[in-house]
Amino acid sequence: MALHLDINGKSYTVDVDPETPLLWVLRDELHLTGTKYGCGIAQCGACTVHLNGNAVRSCQLPVSGVTDGKITTIEGLGGAHAVQAAWVKHDVPQCGYCQSGQLMSAAALLQATPKPTDKDIDDAMSGNICRCGAYQRIRAAIKDAAGLAATAVA
Amino acid sequence: MRSSLMIRRPEPASDAPAAQPNRRQLLIGSAVVSGALLIGSCAKADLLSVGAKTPDFGALGPFVKIAPDGAVTVISKHIEFGQGSSTGMAAIVAEEMDADWSKVRLELAPANTKAYANTLLGGIQGTGGSTAINESWTQMRKAGAAARALFVQAAAQTWGVPTGEITVQDGVVRHAGKARSATFAELWPTASKLTPPADPPLKDPKTFTLIGTDRVQRKDSLAKSTGQTQFTQDVYKPGMLTAMVAHAPKFGAKVKGFDATAAKAVKGVVDVVQIPTGIAVIATGVYAARKGRDALKVDWDETGAENRSSAAILAHYHDIAAGKTAETWFPFTTVGDAAHAFDGETINIAYDFPYLAHATMEPMNCVAAVDGGKVKLTFASQIPTLDQLNTAMAVGTLPGSVEIETLYAGGSFGRRASPNSEYVMEAVHVAKHVGKMTPVKLVWTREDDMTGGRYRPMAHHAIQIKLDKAGYPAAWHHKVVIQSFMMGTPLMQGKFDGTTVEGVQGSPYFKAIPVIDAQAAIPTSPITTLWWRSVGATHTALAMEHTIDQLAARAKIDPVDYRRTLYKKAGADRHLAVLELAAEKAGWGQPLADGWARGIAVHESFGTVVANVAEVKLVDGEPKVRRVVVAVDCGTVVAPDQVRAQMEGGVCYGLSSALFGQITLKDGVVEQTNFDAFRVLRMNEAPLVETHMVPSAAHPSGCGEPGTPVIIPAVANALLAAGAKPTSSLPFVKA
Repeated sequence: MALHLDINGKSYTVDVDPETPLLWVLRDELHLTGTKYGCGIAQCGACTVHLNGNAVRSCQLPVSGVTDGKITTIEGLGGAHAVQAAWVKHDVPQCGYCQSGQLMSAAALLQATPKPTDKDIDDAMSGNICRCGAYQRIRAAIKDAAGLAATAVA
Repeated sequence: MRSSLMIRRPEPASDAPAAQPNRRQLLIGSAVVSGALLIGSCAKADLLSVGAKTPDFGALGPFVKIAPDGAVTVISKHIEFGQGSSTGMAAIVAEEMDADWSKVRLELAPANTKAYANTLLGGIQGTGGSTAINESWTQMRKAGAAARALFVQAAAQTWGVPTGEITVQDGVVRHAGKARSATFAELWPTASKLTPPADPPLKDPKTFTLIGTDRVQRKDSLAKSTGQTQFTQDVYKPGMLTAMVAHAPKFGAKVKGFDATAAKAVKGVVDVVQIPTGIAVIATGVYAARKGRDALKVDWDETGAENRSSAAILAHYHDIAAGKTAETWFPFTTVGDAAHAFDGETINIAYDFPYLAHATMEPMNCVAAVDGGKVKLTFASQIPTLDQLNTAMAVGTLPGSVEIETLYAGGSFGRRASPNSEYVMEAVHVAKHVGKMTPVKLVWTREDDMTGGRYRPMAHHAIQIKLDKAGYPAAWHHKVVIQSFMMGTPLMQGKFDGTTVEGVQGSPYFKAIPVIDAQAAIPTSPITTLWWRSVGATHTALAMEHTIDQLAARAKIDPVDYRRTLYKKAGADRHLAVLELAAEKAGWGQPLADGWARGIAVHESFGTVVANVAEVKLVDGEPKVRRVVVAVDCGTVVAPDQVRAQMEGGVCYGLSSALFGQITLKDGVVEQTNFDAFRVLRMNEAPLVETHMVPSAAHPSGCGEPGTPVIIPAVANALLAAGAKPTSSLPFVKA
């Protein structure tokens, strides 16, 4: 079934089973590989993209449900976004596999809450798993991108 | 389907017809891998490279390349799965070469055992055991120094000046007296024709300007922050197919029969084929492959399968330790006369550890293309030599002819170093069936990955201690019951697998205790196990360090003082140094408010000694860790910020396992299939980690693993200090 998608400001037409999760359309059909598969059940956040500016898990989103929305993936974040610059400055990534999802969650957080508290960061980022344990650098990079001072022990 | 390794008269062509091997040849193949045997005058790397085409690396050798613009590319023979060691390789080369660090690029080496062998892994090409920086330190320095010497020689020749008057900085070669200068790019036409010195002079480490500084930032951060890094999961090639395999629900079960009718009716499913480890569904993409697999009907033969639950396996381990079940015991440390050493009152302490999944963020996968004896693998191969050998045997070709393009890995923590390359073999078997060099991407779902075995083995420790009058151990009896992933495989050397007990074996305390009787029993099960970040230390660190704190508490001696006494007696200077550094930086002894308590632990693994002080409090019944002070002695530090990153990551990985990690079985079936049931550490649970390095000029040791295990006893010790009962099993949160 032919479906129309708006991804990173570009228009795409895909012919897929309408139940196919957006994640697999992005990856297998469009080869936008920055968005990752980690769990398939919206538990790890590696597949996070923006739908109309909100962070969503693309692994649990049937493609037929997003034809009216504006989708942004890591490829559409621009490369020089404040969170990306902060990620590089703080050498956040280790294996890097979860980082696209982390960045998309962080970018959505700062869009909604430009000066997040530690609690805001916990709430927005605890759905994104990093097995390498880059959490404190992710927190530091978000604060840096927001122009906030680093976290001290409570 | 099995191949000859054709060791005596290697045929050069990778498309040579496959010969049927005999048992002897397969044994030779195994022995080659084990490092136990050299045949004739052949070096092992030559044997393992049989069939390989040796590229002409040119004057700079296999580790350094120069681009037309003069940019230096360093080829890392160690795969990058997060530890930053490939950046370390580049920094070491750049330092000795005096290259412009800001322009240095990085590539991962393809499979080529002869060029890229790891001498600390028995001469095979592979990454692991926290060996990367340790193993490559001198080799990379020489590679960089040799490259520098070439350019100096070229400049001297061109300008007619002595080499001793030439300086190099940031990729620019200069002669002050003649006011001449040239870039690497400008000198390359001359330099490329010269022969590099075999033994180039190395810098005095005191003159390093890059190594040991925070200028050593990761080379892969930008690509990983923009979604551009290519992982195996991201490989798309023209005509590529996707395969998923239906695996047995129980370890040791086999396919009895299957009905693929419904699976083949799914749109996008191309074929269904039986392979040694299950039934493979081949499709045009992941979604179709998964739907096809869901529609597949498979009958499993569970004769010989593991049917027990975790509790029954653990009860069996307890029986073995108690001598109720006969089992072979391997004594691994015996000191003094134990005959009457445990008479009278003794302290008895025991620990239980569950199976643990590695749960890398990127599940296992591999892209393979096969046509007869021609094979191309594109994936994050952790041990290319083994993957080549296993592939060669599966398709019937020479190991060296198996081409492997190495990609970045979305984490490993030991998981991708599988001795039988099992998920790689699935890709190879499917690609062999499809043939014609059609690329096949084998994809494991999270569920495949989590239930697929290769776990940190379940373990039981039973310790009996006799104290002296001052409250220190006079005699230590230690039994470990644990599966081995080495015994019975070609990796095994000798009769006993020391990785099962490392950390008990070699403990500094044992040099301060007059009587030691330490033994291990190695039960078997079809449940597959493997090294898991820091291997033996994942359980031995808690067994040793939490026991020490329990003894200190009994003697009413401060845990730092108690350790100090034992380390001094043992002559364990490095342990003493990290203990003192961590205690000082953490403010040990200063009171904490609001119910927070500190715990300290020290443990050595892979030649690196680490101390942790954790600040812990029970919140709603779960330990909350807010701050961890790490002191680490890893010898010379190449990349301080990556040492910090590894200590931060190691603490999180170890803490995740200690708090929540467990794989359990019910009647042989794994109960945790995804991150909903296999709980892992998240942002809101991550502590702030501060890392302090002991200054050292010693040869570097690794940091990928040693940061992991120490947090486990540090948390247990903090809970003990806060008045909780001693920890006797993990995880802390039973779910």
